[in-house]
Amino acid sequence: MKITLNGNIREINSGATVKALLDSLNLKPETVAVELNLAIVPKNEYDARRLNDGDKIEIISFVGGG
Amino acid sequence: MDKTLKIGKYEFKSRLFVGTGKYPSFQIMKEALEASGTDCVTVAVRRVNLTDKSKESLLDYIDTKRYQILPNTAGCYTVDEAVRTARLAREVGLSDMIKLEVIGDEKTLYPDLSGLIEATKILVKEGFTVLPYTSDDLVTALRLQDAGAACVMPLGAPIGSGLGLTNPMNIRIIVSRMKVPVIVDAGVGTASDVAVAMESGADGVLLNTGIALAQDPVNMARAMKLACASGRLAYLAGRIPRKYFMAEASSPKEGKID
Repeated sequence: MKITLNGNIREINSGATVKALLDSLNLKPETVAVELNLAIVPKNEYDARRLNDGDKIEIISFVGGG
Repeated sequence: MDKTLKIGKYEFKSRLFVGTGKYPSFQIMKEALEASGTDCVTVAVRRVNLTDKSKESLLDYIDTKRYQILPNTAGCYTVDEAVRTARLAREVGLSDMIKLEVIGDEKTLYPDLSGLIEATKILVKEGFTVLPYTSDDLVTALRLQDAGAACVMPLGAPIGSGLGLTNPMNIRIIVSRMKVPVIVDAGVGTASDVAVAMESGADGVLLNTGIALAQDPVNMARAMKLACASGRLAYLAGRIPRKYFMAEASSPKEGKID
């Protein structure tokens, strides 16, 4: 299935969870925040929350700034 | 002894707040943060880099037990964008503080004051500790305080300009009227700018470019630390009144040889 991840379309396994997506990207849950279709996904829901075709996902972290 | 600086539920020994952008390397940033003596560092919220996974992560170089993290909403031009960014920043799980920026003008990066007040109200209601980046306008500062801001952060000069306090009088007016702390944010070019801000009664100074782009960021960070402490001490010690158009000798008039 296709999702839009940080503005780019990406093919992932259907039924993948947020956790599985983060693992595949080598991202640690404690350093990111995830927004799914404009709603924040709480960290304790990463394991259970499944992604659907057409979902828009933003994964953010902290970078240098003032 | 000076009292510690309180911003909302947070307490800081150092009155210097330091940004993490623009350093030549993460290692130099780390050393500069140490040299500055800061307790609180600002960070920006951005999409994770998914194309270049070899890139090191900022958080690998910041000891989050030692430094309080202050995420910003830099680059946000609307209330919605700023609020959305703040919520994401909090969800990372390191801080409920937010350096709130709602930018109103691309060239000067001056804040959109009505948007800033509106966003402050929303985020305060959601339990954030809100530190709004604002202009050096007293009335806006008072409105932000009324809206529940934990402090106000008037600009000394445009972000990254290095001009120092272009209107120290306005900073002094704000300081004289606020109940919440006043942190001068932006515009600092060198150590004396920090000293002037602190001597004007500011409770703290936030800076980034002045250290990060100095030729020797670590030594500039050290200089900023000393200037901050020095300016604060001078403010507490109470300077003499300014006398215009006349001198007053320090030596006695009496007993001079004929």
